[in-house]
Amino acid sequence: MTASTTELAVTADDRRIARYAAAAIALTVAEAAIPSLLPGVKPGLANIVILIVLLRHGWREAVWVSLLRVVAGSLVIGQFLAPGFFLSLAGTCASLATLAFAARLPRDWFGPVSQSILAAFAHIAGQVLLARLWLVPHDGVFYLVPVFAASALLFGIVNGLAAAKFLKESAQA
Amino acid sequence: MKPWLSLLRPGDWLVAGAALAAVAVSFPLLWRGGPAEKAVVKRDGAVVAELPLNISKRIEVQGALGTSVIEVQPGRARVAADPGPRQYCVKQGWLTQANAVAICAPNHVTLALVGATGGYDSLNY
Repeated sequence: MTASTTELAVTADDRRIARYAAAAIALTVAEAAIPSLLPGVKPGLANIVILIVLLRHGWREAVWVSLLRVVAGSLVIGQFLAPGFFLSLAGTCASLATLAFAARLPRDWFGPVSQSILAAFAHIAGQVLLARLWLVPHDGVFYLVPVFAASALLFGIVNGLAAAKFLKESAQA
Repeated sequence: MKPWLSLLRPGDWLVAGAALAAVAVSFPLLWRGGPAEKAVVKRDGAVVAELPLNISKRIEVQGALGTSVIEVQPGRARVAADPGPRQYCVKQGWLTQANAVAICAPNHVTLALVGATGGYDSLNY
């Protein structure tokens, strides 16, 4: 093989982000195989990875991993540029904006579960808002909000606990 | 269960409680309204009567040919009798869905079911 004439400098940060993004994408693909009770209601398992990145390496890296996960994950499951992709992107952007603030909460008082719940609610808010503005320009969309909010609460807690347990055990190891 | 609970910090309970309250509040707020709510009876396009769909009632409407009888029962409505020659609106039977319409054209009478939100912007005939 001919050696490439251009050499991209790959830093340790890049490799780490790529590794986390790969884990998040794997969870996205695994989740796509889980049947959903209602369109839009998903556990959001990849957010466990995002939370871990946020708490270990900060918000900036969480943004990278999160956006890579949305773009590459949608390519893998064949949703790229489909409505689902934009809904996912809107939810992710809202989540990241919320996490920028949630990450500054005092760590002694607010753990990963708080950040997970806040991010989950921001996620549905972003999604429902985009759906209302673009996909279903009708207030009927809001009838589903209670269902989405309840699932955001449930999966927010579950994902947050998973991230908290992972962080605790890896800190002990 | 215990090791999982130890992962929660005081503020987490606060956030979870606030989120639970938000979910509880959102339920009645967003789940009011439903399918068909009332029957609207018109003559020559002018509203003659608006009948809620939760009370049984029979009304008579004077049309161009004679009297049309509109019957409402819980959740449904129909044109029970009409002087029109072909009886299309009577044969249509019970209307149950929001935005369903029975038109008695010869007698200039229409019966329509209306929901909380209309399924279209306007309807003309």
